Amino acid sequence: MDHIIDKNEKAEPFLQQDIRERGVLLSIRDLKIWFELRKFGFGHAGYVHAVDGVSFDLHNGESIAVVGESGCGKSTLMKGILGLHRPTEGEIFFRGESIGEMKSKEIKQYRSHIGYIQQDPYGAMAPFMSVQRILTEPLSINGIKDHQQIQDMVHKALEEVKVFPVEDYLNKFPHMLSGGQQQRIVIARSMILNPNFLVADEPVSMLDASVRVEILRLLRSLQESRNLAVIYITHDLSTVSYFSRRIFVMYAGQIVEKALVQDLLNNAGHPYTQALLTGTSDPDGANAHKLKEVPPGEPPNLINPPKGCRFHPRCPKIIRGLCEVEAPPEFEPEPEHSVACWLLR
Amino acid sequence: MANSPTLLKIEDLVLYFKTMRGPVQAVDHIDLDLKNNEAIVILGESGCGKSSLAKAILRLLPRNIDKYSGKVLLNGTDTMQYSDEEFRRKVRWRSISMVPQAAMNSLNPVLKVGDQVTEPFIIHTGASKTEAIAQAKKMFAHVGVPNSFLDRYAFELSGGMRQRSAIAMALVTMPDLIILDEPTSALDVLTQANIFNVLKTLKKDLEISFILITHDIATSSELADRVAVMYAGQIVEVCDATRFFDKPFHPYSIALMDSVPRLRQVKEPDFITGQPPSLINPPTGCRFKDRCHKRFEKCEEEPPAVTIENHIVKCWLYQ
Ligand SMILES: Nc1ncnc2c1ncn2[C@@H]1O[C@H](COP(=O)(O)OP(=O)(O)OP(=O)(O)O)[C@@H](O)[C@H]1O
Ligand SMILES: Nc1ncnc2c1ncn2[C@@H]1O[C@H](COP(=O)(O)OP(=O)(O)OP(=O)(O)O)[C@@H](O)[C@H]1O
Ligand SMILES: [Mg+2]
Ligand SMILES: [Mg+2]
Repeated sequence: MDHIIDKNEKAEPFLQQDIRERGVLLSIRDLKIWFELRKFGFGHAGYVHAVDGVSFDLHNGESIAVVGESGCGKSTLMKGILGLHRPTEGEIFFRGESIGEMKSKEIKQYRSHIGYIQQDPYGAMAPFMSVQRILTEPLSINGIKDHQQIQDMVHKALEEVKVFPVEDYLNKFPHMLSGGQQQRIVIARSMILNPNFLVADEPVSMLDASVRVEILRLLRSLQESRNLAVIYITHDLSTVSYFSRRIFVMYAGQIVEKALVQDLLNNAGHPYTQALLTGTSDPDGANAHKLKEVPPGEPPNLINPPKGCRFHPRCPKIIRGLCEVEAPPEFEPEPEHSVACWLLR
Repeated sequence: MANSPTLLKIEDLVLYFKTMRGPVQAVDHIDLDLKNNEAIVILGESGCGKSSLAKAILRLLPRNIDKYSGKVLLNGTDTMQYSDEEFRRKVRWRSISMVPQAAMNSLNPVLKVGDQVTEPFIIHTGASKTEAIAQAKKMFAHVGVPNSFLDRYAFELSGGMRQRSAIAMALVTMPDLIILDEPTSALDVLTQANIFNVLKTLKKDLEISFILITHDIATSSELADRVAVMYAGQIVEVCDATRFFDKPFHPYSIALMDSVPRLRQVKEPDFITGQPPSLINPPTGCRFKDRCHKRFEKCEEEPPAVTIENHIVKCWLYQ
């Protein structure tokens, strides 16, 4: 039925060479988002250091991926960018303006520039709302009342995510749609206010491989046709090269490596990034006959993260006397490639 | 292993569920066999009947059964002939145990992990509590969970540790075969890799056989000796893993392999147009035909399963 995306649309790697000339859209400086833990009767019981000193620039029209294990702070970072969590420390600038200084009305205005695909697929759409209502809601929240204008925008949004014929879908409820169709509606809703920046939090992790590819292609064609800046959050490294210019690797609340996709895949500097690459399988009959050399253990608790480098308790390349004592700064082994690891000192 | 005896042989297995709109043909005349110490992977899209196949093998059935028939031969004996009591005593846990889909969430959060892991051992072997704890400690060592975790509650454990505990629980009765239903799909890359290391080691050291059910094609290659592809309630291809990952035969398998994104390859993944058919009133003839690029007149009829050098494929192209 509704699968009309041209299969030959794109086949070359994702380069976006001139992107840095387009200027900075979003700038994050030493951002910290901590959650206070409270114990009944005892009051303050520490903080969850969910985002703990993150800095980067995102350019207009640039697509980046944030990868990292569950609980490393990816969603919290995005919610910070969306103004849903206030920074504990540090600053977020959107087109040069600090979000921290915005009043709640301005924040609302700011948020309407950002398309957001939230992580939880079940929470993403209210089961009792029809497709029509799901798409109309963000319009009425933003004060668009003209009936004809609303209809036009809803139609255009559905056509853009290739849900045809539109009329067949307007009165359907989420449970009547396949996983892929539901995700198209979620994308249509995130695009309906014509944002120039999209945050996609694990947009495909709940879908089958084939549907995953279909949705990633759709996101990529939207990215290109609308010149969207995109932050794509995932824990699956194998999908990023089709979609992103740069990758940021996050571990325990911090970004440990930033690089152009190909540099990261071919020349990863951080032992954690190297472990993620080793851990990611390509389908191959030979895999079953060898063990994978990946570090044991699990990411640390973010209430009392390890001193020094947060990866040191699991790191196969630890430099004793240094890594467990002092947190590494960012080193830059090549342009647009930074690694927070003492091995590069 | 190539010459080792057959452990499990499934013949014409059928499991249909009753619904208001008609029977759901979730397991539709399936044949499959498994040798001792072999790992077979069942691949297929969501809803194609993978978990239902596992349930049919282990007779873990819901109430709304429409049809349940066929043979499940375990070491040559048809377990479908057993009474429920016999089946429970001789098969479940003793010969075949299962790590169900989302097992890590199925451990009771408010019971001690040790009590849960030892329970099947005590019930099915009549062992004492002390013996059971000794056995559980052995199995915890195999899956890499510290012994002290026996005294913890499930809610205190990370997802990865809970999944390992669920595998230890399936191991505790020392079965010949473990069925793993999506054992790692909710877990992180490194946890996933560590758990597959555990499974590989168990296979080598304890000579256990595995049926691994998953839709994650790339990770499935970490354990598979053979691959079976399921589509709309039927098995459409079975062959050696090396051959499958290199060059599958069935147009559906080919499309499925093409949809896998690869880390170390430039070729862009492709998707399969359309959607799998409903299992209530599935199309006649080949069930994949509406999405198949190679469709021709023959496809209106049900394709036979052809065997070409141990490679089984249910498609008219190979007739
Ligand atoms: N509102 C909150 N209050 C307290 N702790 C929180 C809150 N939100 C998140 N956390 C904690 O912050 C840490 C980071 O969570 P976050 O959801 O950002 O991780 P994530 O990288 O998105 O993980 P996943 O891949 O599982 O989605 C976790 O330890 C989480 O438990
Ligand atoms: N008790 C039941 N009654 C009716 N239909 C059922 C029942 N159990 C499963 N089904 C249906 O049978 C089909 C196969 O389901 P099954 O759980 O075996 O799929 P699966 O391949 O394991 O999917 P997934 O990858 O999503 O786990 C689905 O259409 C499902 O909705
Ligand atoms: Mg998240
Ligand atoms: Mg299932």
